[in-house]
Amino acid sequence: MLNYIWLAMVVLAVVLGGINGRIEAVTKAAIDSASGAVTIALGLVGVMALWLGIVKIAEDSGLMALLARAIAPVLKWLFPDVPKGHPAMASMTMNIAANMLGLSNAATPLGIKAMEDLETLNPRPGVATNAMCTFLTINTASLQLIPATMIGVMASAGSRDPAAIIGTTIAATCCALTAGIATVKVLERIPFFAADRGEGAR
Amino acid sequence: MMQQIIGTLSAWAIPLFLVAIPLYGVARGVKVYESFVEGAKGGFQTAIRIIPYLVAILVAVGMLRAAGAIEMLSRGLDPLLARLHFPAEILPLALMRPLSGSGSLGIVTELIQVHGPDSLLGRLAATAYGSTETTFYVLAVYFGAVGIKKVRHAVFAGLVADVVSIVAAITFCRLAFA
Repeated sequence: MLNYIWLAMVVLAVVLGGINGRIEAVTKAAIDSASGAVTIALGLVGVMALWLGIVKIAEDSGLMALLARAIAPVLKWLFPDVPKGHPAMASMTMNIAANMLGLSNAATPLGIKAMEDLETLNPRPGVATNAMCTFLTINTASLQLIPATMIGVMASAGSRDPAAIIGTTIAATCCALTAGIATVKVLERIPFFAADRGEGAR
Repeated sequence: MMQQIIGTLSAWAIPLFLVAIPLYGVARGVKVYESFVEGAKGGFQTAIRIIPYLVAILVAVGMLRAAGAIEMLSRGLDPLLARLHFPAEILPLALMRPLSGSGSLGIVTELIQVHGPDSLLGRLAATAYGSTETTFYVLAVYFGAVGIKKVRHAVFAGLVADVVSIVAAITFCRLAFA
C-alpha cells in the first residue's frame, strides 16, 4: 500500500513541479526535507532516553504490570491479541494518558515504547500486526482534551474567546477516533489487508 | 473551569511522573539510578532507527508541497466540493493536515488572521487543525521505530479518520457558531 502511495507522491511532485515551473523548489525541498528528518529524529534522542529510563524503573518495580492488569478490561476489546498483563498494555495506556493531557514530549516516546512492546508479540517482523494498526490509528486522531496550540494561535490573533473551539474540537476528535477504530476493525478482516498476504507467492 | 483543571493537571503531570515512579521504585527495592540508565540506553538506537522512514515520508511530502500540488488539487476538487457545501477556504488545510504539521499550522494561522479568529471560518480552521494528527508523520515515527514496512490497513484507517474529522469539524462548527 505504502509502496504505491509513496511512489505516487514522488511522481506527482516531479510532474506537477515541472508543469508549475517549480522544479528547482522541488529539488530544494527534497534535500531540505531529508536533512530535516534527521534533525527531527536526533531531537528525539534525549526525550526518548528520559522516558525509556523512567519506564524501565516502572517495569522493574512492577508498576507497569500493575497498570497493565488494571487497564486490561478496558483495552481488551481494542487489542484482543495482546495478552492480559502484557507490558504493551501499560505503555499504551501511558501514551494515551500523555496524549490526552497534551504532553507531546512524553506521548511520542511512550508511544514508540508501546510499539516496541507490541513488536515482541509480532510473528512477522516488518509487517504491522492488528494491534499495531489499531494503536497507530488511535494516535493519528488527536486525543488531547485541550487543543493548546490552537488556543494559543487564536489568542495571539486577538480572539475574544480563544477557548470557544474546545467543544467543537473534542466533538470532531471523537467522531474521527470512532471512525478510525471502526475502519481498522473492519479492514483487519479483509483478505487484501491480511498480515500473511503475499507469503509463499515467491 | 474544566479547562483550568486540565491545564493544572498538564502542568503537574510530568514532574509528578518523574517523582512518583522513582519513589515507588525505591519503595519496592529497585536501584533506580541503575534502572534508569539501563532503560535510557535504548533512546539513541530507537531515534536512529526512525531516520530512514522519516526521510522517506518527509522527502515525498516536502516535494509535493514545493511542487504546488496542494494548491492544484484544491482548485481541482473545488467545483465538486462546492456542491456538497464544503467551504473552499478550508480545502487546502484539509489536504495538508495529514501530510505536514508545520505546513498545516501555517495555513491555519493565515486563515485565522485573514478571516478573524472569532469568525466561523477561523474557528472552523482551528477546530479542523486540532481534531486530528499528522497521519503520515505519526506513521513514519511509530512504525519506523519497530521497522514496520508493510503498514497494511493503517494508512487507510488514518485517512478515513482525517476525512471524518474535517466533515465533523464543519458540521459541529456550523451548529455551534453559525
